[in-house]
Amino acid sequence: MTGNEAIAEAAIQAGCRYYFGYPITPQNEIPEYMSRRLPEVGGAFLQAESEIAAIYMVFGAAGAGARAMTSSSSPGISLKQEGISYIAAAELPCVIANIMRGGPGLGGIQPSQSDYFQATKGGGHGDYHLLVLAPSTVQEAVSLTMDAFDLADKYRNPVMILGDGYIGQMMEPVVFEKKPPPSLPVKEWAITGAKGRAANLIKTLNLDPVILEQNNLKINRKLREMTKNEVRVENYLTDDAEVIIAAYGTVARIAKTAIQVLRKTGIKAGLIRPITLFPFPYEVFEEVTERVGKILVVEMSLGQMIEDVKLGVCGKAEVSFYGRVGGMVPSYEEIITETEKLVKEAR
Amino acid sequence: METTEMEQIFGRPRTLRSVATHYCPGCGHGITHRLVAEVIDELGIREQTVGVAPVGCSVFLYNYLDVDMYEAAHGRAPAIATGCKRVHPDLVVFTYQGDGDLAAIGTAETVHAAARGEKITTIFINNAIYGMTGGQMAPTSLVGQKTTTTPTGRLIERAGYPIRVSELLATLDGAAYIARVAVSSAKYVVQAKRAIKKAFETQMKGLGYSLVEVLSQCPTDWHMTPADATKWVEEKMMAYYPLGEFKVPKEAV
Amino acid sequence: MNSVAKTEKKERRAKIVIDEDFCKGCGLCVSTCPLRLIRLANRVSPKGYYPAEFIDTEAKCTGCALCATMCPDVAIKVFRTKKKTGGEK
Repeated sequence: MTGNEAIAEAAIQAGCRYYFGYPITPQNEIPEYMSRRLPEVGGAFLQAESEIAAIYMVFGAAGAGARAMTSSSSPGISLKQEGISYIAAAELPCVIANIMRGGPGLGGIQPSQSDYFQATKGGGHGDYHLLVLAPSTVQEAVSLTMDAFDLADKYRNPVMILGDGYIGQMMEPVVFEKKPPPSLPVKEWAITGAKGRAANLIKTLNLDPVILEQNNLKINRKLREMTKNEVRVENYLTDDAEVIIAAYGTVARIAKTAIQVLRKTGIKAGLIRPITLFPFPYEVFEEVTERVGKILVVEMSLGQMIEDVKLGVCGKAEVSFYGRVGGMVPSYEEIITETEKLVKEAR
Repeated sequence: METTEMEQIFGRPRTLRSVATHYCPGCGHGITHRLVAEVIDELGIREQTVGVAPVGCSVFLYNYLDVDMYEAAHGRAPAIATGCKRVHPDLVVFTYQGDGDLAAIGTAETVHAAARGEKITTIFINNAIYGMTGGQMAPTSLVGQKTTTTPTGRLIERAGYPIRVSELLATLDGAAYIARVAVSSAKYVVQAKRAIKKAFETQMKGLGYSLVEVLSQCPTDWHMTPADATKWVEEKMMAYYPLGEFKVPKEAV
Repeated sequence: MNSVAKTEKKERRAKIVIDEDFCKGCGLCVSTCPLRLIRLANRVSPKGYYPAEFIDTEAKCTGCALCATMCPDVAIKVFRTKKKTGGEK
């Protein structure tokens, strides 16, 4: 299946029964797949009038206690930011997939990784974060999407699947584990009609600063729990590495090929691949500086994840950058060339 | 002599919480909240009703109506209502919105909920001004009307024409019941309640989208006494916004 | 503090009770009452408004409830004598 279809099917298998979205390349296969499959499983699909309307339909469905999802690509995700802030403030669970394309503005339809800041630093206004999962293969997109719904319910926080047009469009074999349908948590706070209980209220306005601060601290405690419990990262050949490449998503795959070639030429390169971009694996980067002095961050952007790498490294290693934008993709040869440059300087 | 054989024939409906409201003296919100509460009580649907509050003077709707409720982002109430109704089709879901919420920032959500025939009900308070933020021009402000952003009166060349929401939505096939009423004097209040009830019944019968536009006085931002403000509704607003039912369901409600 | 009229001559058919915890002195009831039985008081209520007060010395109130229908604050309760033999509610 294509990554887009796999994400949609994974969502359904995770118990998602409500999808609201709007067409935008390169993720149209997600709403199209949902429009076919959701009625089959007794769910509801609605193509909304805009990405803004879609995120608020997710707000409504999530507030009603359901597993709900939306997807879009970069410019559409920008439109959703206010709604995402509201969802985080109301502590509603939901999943948002961003299949990134070139930007800024209308940009292009080719893949990019230029929304890292937007995804990991909040994106909308206020003190909150999304839990951000970055798959690197179609199979991983399936497992991360299924985990996303559980994580969203666990923390009552929106979760983002951050992919790019490659992951969305490419076709790979996928295995769906035959699992029984998940038992969904009871949501006493949900809007279901005030039968035999006090009325429930889903709101985000708090004019009393004392209360608003308390609400912010509550969300912050959840983020700290996420940071303690949910960091995911892949270490590829880092134990004996003399130089580390840091990359995520599609670029990480390309980097692995580069590393395999480099190793054959005697350069011991390794890859640190963050899977959760929030919470970010700062400690893994700090730890690796005990053995390695040079890190090359490769992104399909002009340098966004590199800032988190530098934070993790805390000045204890030299961090360099190589990136392509606008839909251009770094080839494994370019990554090899950049890595060789770093290693020659070091030796 | 004072008799002990008196019965109470008018009081606070169950669904309207016994709380003093923050609304200005004479404001139409208070009357409309009470009518919505009376209708909910008479239809016996309090435990299956969900409200969606707007951004505007009535953002605190949830303090006054004792039903499950969402607080929406500005203009997005119909989208939130749609999400809720798709998950719980058996619940009665209504939005309560002002003229900025519904006819400015929320125009797309309003039109598309109506076009989809979304089985929700909208109570639309049209007071031709932005109340909560201090009296700026609304999409429904009349030509020549003085507001804080049209200090010399709304000029057509700069700010165009007011929008007649009921007439606009009535052109959509998904809109099943569209009515415009007022709460400026008792006889209109009685008619308004009938329309609100019909709108809820339209939803309960699954006939499609329903909306009641309520012309409301805003004494504070119009800089008038409540009595003069009600006259302004009847003399000026009704001339541009005629009362009536613009769409009725084919099936009798 | 409630406004209640005292009748001297005939049987009172109906009366209203205005709750000053809710009344904002908007005056809509004053202009609505067809028999002009309500006016704004000359004193300030604990809420800071000139509250409406019901003055019906001749027991004219019919319990039409138009005042309560208009009241934006649901400050008015309306009471009517129970009919013992048939008639309208």
